[in-house]
Amino acid sequence: MLRDLVRDRPRMIVTAECPSMDGGSVADLGERIARIAPYVDAMNATDNPAAHAHASNLATAIALAQLGVEPLMQLVCRDKNRIALQADVAGAALFGITNFCALTGDDVTAGDEPEARRVFDLDGPQLVSVLAGMGRGTYLSGRTFHPPGEFLVAAVENPAAPPLDYRAERARLKVDAGASLLQLQICYLPDRLADFMAATVRNGAAARAAILPSVCLTRNARALTFMDEKVPGIHVPAATIARVAGAADPAEEAFVLVRELAAHALSLPGVAGLHITDFRHDGSVERLVRELRIGPVHDPSIAATGEMTYAHHG
Amino acid sequence: MPGLLPLVEHAVKKPVWDCRMCGQCVLHSTGMTCPMTCPKTLRNGPCGGVREDGHCEVKPEMRCVWVKAHHRAATLPLLPASWRAEVGHLRPPVDNSLQGTSSWRNLVTGRDRVTPAGWQGVEH
Ligand code: SF4
Repeated sequence: MLRDLVRDRPRMIVTAECPSMDGGSVADLGERIARIAPYVDAMNATDNPAAHAHASNLATAIALAQLGVEPLMQLVCRDKNRIALQADVAGAALFGITNFCALTGDDVTAGDEPEARRVFDLDGPQLVSVLAGMGRGTYLSGRTFHPPGEFLVAAVENPAAPPLDYRAERARLKVDAGASLLQLQICYLPDRLADFMAATVRNGAAARAAILPSVCLTRNARALTFMDEKVPGIHVPAATIARVAGAADPAEEAFVLVRELAAHALSLPGVAGLHITDFRHDGSVERLVRELRIGPVHDPSIAATGEMTYAHHG
Repeated sequence: MPGLLPLVEHAVKKPVWDCRMCGQCVLHSTGMTCPMTCPKTLRNGPCGGVREDGHCEVKPEMRCVWVKAHHRAATLPLLPASWRAEVGHLRPPVDNSLQGTSSWRNLVTGRDRVTPAGWQGVEH
């Protein structure tokens, strides 16, 4: 289970984003994740990512569990108040789901319904504390809640957004509030990631929580430009975009870029694994984890895999 | 005169800090920057959407409230050291029932420090 991996860290952990569903069935979801699920330890059941409505976090988490994939259910503060958020946690718990990840959430202006009312009744660090409290058996009001098992409380942090010297402190605040897993925002700036990780090693966050940097598998420079311009908090340097755009085989170059970023991230002290978002849908997740020798297919307790070194790749 | 105090407080704090009368003032712990002017009303630091130039994800023309708060908590002269340190503390969820009331009175009565029974703050 993810919780045990986070606690014991016997090897690099790999998580991935579950694709968003707009219609279709649980079986269809199963088909869409077939080329990802075997290579990761858990998948994020996202909560209206980028402020677009999709099949809900709760329904997706239940569907993943039914498909035999361990879900990490995201909860964002943008769309629901504290009552509704806690109700979703209690509802998920009814199905045995105990992994939750708190996010502030992109603003409504990032989505296709910018006229929606934004809620933000709680903020990210407060939601972490509320989730930890439910794991210990109380709602925010103090009323008793019976968790079906030990909770894994996760959070996110952006290692590369200003104010840079505050990000590691904020990561530690979330760990103090009860997070034992931190998934980082996708980052195309290796130096900033290195500085962030060094600071979380210094302030203890990296020891007390498993920190997973994120990469995003795309096919071309257009996708990188889109992320740079449209996704809040992600900056892609012009040189990086030009490198992919100018390559003889842009799709291959886009993969090689991600492998380099991932190998660098995994070589940093304090890093406990990798989080992957896949927009290629072509088996690249398998290729990435095999070439980096990480995740469940390279579990030392399952198979002898030889030396696990990361810095040599790319 | 229960109605007068909020009016006076607002008259004083609105022009200087763009006070939103949340009734549980934390200005002292945020480098004298009102977190309720953040479009997401975040009380515990900047969201992940802050732009490269330090401006707000939601309002690109505005400097992120928390970039400002973090900077000011470190650099404002005359701020007591305990106030500077508090910028990194976990502030509890906003008590929405205090909206529009006087934070001065709530400070004196201790009402602004009342948190829900299940609020555990930080674990360590
Ligand atoms: S960028 Fe700063 S001011 Fe804007 S929503 Fe995020 S935290 Fe609030």
